[in-house]
Amino acid sequence: MEAATNAVPEIRLRDLTKQFREVLAVDHVNLEIRTGEFFSLLGPSGCGKTTTLRMMGGLEAPTSGTVEIRGNDVTRQPPERRPVNTVFQNYALFPHLNVFENVAFGLRRRHETKDEIRRRVGDALALVRLTGLDTRSPDRLSGGQQQRVALARALVCQPMVLLLDEPLGALDLKLRKQLQVELKRIQREVGITFVYVTHDQEEALTLSDRIAVMRAGQVEQLGSPEELYDRPRNRFVAGFIGTTNILDGEVVSVSQDRSVVRLGTGELCPGPGRAPAAGQPVELAIRPEAIELRAMPGGAERASSLGGSPDGGASALRGNIEQSAYLGTGISYIVRTVGGQLVTVLCTRPADRFDTGDLVELAWEPASALVLAPTDEPGQAAAQSKTDAQEA
Amino acid sequence: MMRGRLREGALLFPGISWLFVFFAAPLAIIFVVSLGQRDAYGGAVLDKGLSFANYLRALEPSFLPTVANSLKYATATTLLAIGISYPIAYWISRHGGRRKGLLLILVMLPFWTSWVIRTYAWMIILRDNGVLNGVLQATGITHDPLILLNTDFAVVLGMTYGFLPFSILPLYVSIDRVDVSVVAAARDLYSSPGQAFRHVTLPLTMPGVIAASLLTFIPAIGDFVTPDILGGAQTTTIAKVIQSLFLSARDWPFGAALGFLLILATVIGTVSTLRILRAEVIG
Repeated sequence: MEAATNAVPEIRLRDLTKQFREVLAVDHVNLEIRTGEFFSLLGPSGCGKTTTLRMMGGLEAPTSGTVEIRGNDVTRQPPERRPVNTVFQNYALFPHLNVFENVAFGLRRRHETKDEIRRRVGDALALVRLTGLDTRSPDRLSGGQQQRVALARALVCQPMVLLLDEPLGALDLKLRKQLQVELKRIQREVGITFVYVTHDQEEALTLSDRIAVMRAGQVEQLGSPEELYDRPRNRFVAGFIGTTNILDGEVVSVSQDRSVVRLGTGELCPGPGRAPAAGQPVELAIRPEAIELRAMPGGAERASSLGGSPDGGASALRGNIEQSAYLGTGISYIVRTVGGQLVTVLCTRPADRFDTGDLVELAWEPASALVLAPTDEPGQAAAQSKTDAQEA
Repeated sequence: MMRGRLREGALLFPGISWLFVFFAAPLAIIFVVSLGQRDAYGGAVLDKGLSFANYLRALEPSFLPTVANSLKYATATTLLAIGISYPIAYWISRHGGRRKGLLLILVMLPFWTSWVIRTYAWMIILRDNGVLNGVLQATGITHDPLILLNTDFAVVLGMTYGFLPFSILPLYVSIDRVDVSVVAAARDLYSSPGQAFRHVTLPLTMPGVIAASLLTFIPAIGDFVTPDILGGAQTTTIAKVIQSLFLSARDWPFGAALGFLLILATVIGTVSTLRILRAEVIG
């Protein structure tokens, strides 16, 4: 799917690297951001996502590598000469200027006419729904309003790319959800490329067309939200995007569309057909909602796992309910298997109700268990998402 | 309620008593003395009738050159001090890193030595056969000694040196308070480094500039040690005149009148400067 775009990318990073004294903050990042997309840099704090963004905006000088905007190398250009604008993490509004002058700041530096400034600031304030607050001082605005001023101030300059550095990080959950919807609306309305930095995987999944998951200065995986969720490349991405169960084990046998894996705890469980050869270590990732719980009559004398039987469509582990949490949309259970492995299960069917201590059987489709690439070294990911990146 | 008020009032008690004993009361005494007359032995006499005669004498045009001289020194000192302090304070705030505390201690280090001794040290450096001329002549840069001591240059240099910590500290505080991301935002919004300074950093640090100016200008206008030691006998400032009226001419009532006028002018000047600048800066 990468090959489909022949057009010049909006932003291209080549081997972009930033070293702060002993710390390698960004380590040879290669990325292509397409025109008009909502692109997110997602990762835990300290993964280099903000530094990467600041190098796009010219606020940080790369140690090596280049930044291109629409094919022009801007690596050596100061921020004031780049066709991008930034929404800063804590808004960075000018405290000595009112709302109108904050938004007009960039236009004044570019010597637009008075009428033009008035018209465009008015439009920008209307776009972020702050009309009428022109003469307010920033310190008399709520957090959400300040965020909107910061957005208007950046958008009014009509940049090719808008860079957003955790713009919703300081807001409470409800306001954040509301502004997420608005950000998406604004992006559709103005139609420019957004590059969005966040550590909130849910926010990234909701907003983005594509996401680059970063860790330790490198891109671990790049892909659409669906790709990252359904086919995480490795343990880190699987663990970072949504909740997942990661089971360590060893392949026992592989057949056409399924495999059998012996977990570290000694139990057998089903895995997908595309697994390493028998005898090889393997990491499986299974989403909580892909697991089905079945009630078992207490003390039923069945095998510890159905994984060993080659004919069952779905195979199962068994264990006891250790904890349950009602989530509104479903119930989340933590099950301790007979071997002692903890597994999180999300039941969305209200019929499945279990109590703590109940004996249950855990089952999943072999194909819904993913084989992960080993993550002993951070990074190493090419800028493409591969589903079965197990090395030969 | 009453008790709360009393407790709050108790917090102010030390400060108010200090101001009363060491500011209000002496000021009142100076004012009363300024209304009196000088007796034959140089004492102040109050029982021969009080009058504003000393004030009328103080406003005579013959004093204008002295006042102008004082203003000239104080203004030059203030401008020079701000010009030197701002970059230093900026550098300590933005690039001082872990050594910020140490650098600020270094700024205040001169206070460990007496003000008068430090001014005499400048005399040794600046005089005709002094340290500076010695170096200049030894390196062949100049042949004849430069006349540095007993010039306007020496007075302004000495005062600027002396009041530098007073201007660095408030500037440092106000610069340090400016969020660097606000400056980054200005750069991002098409400002060159110079424009970002003019439109963002400078307006945001204006309160510090005002504080630094006042803390330099006010002591500079009242300073009589520096003009006396580094400016020589022919340099007259209003502070020197007041000093000599009290100590050598022994005309306390007239000295008190001049002193009172100086304090009054300083207070009025300070308040109106703050008013105007505040209206302009905060708008």
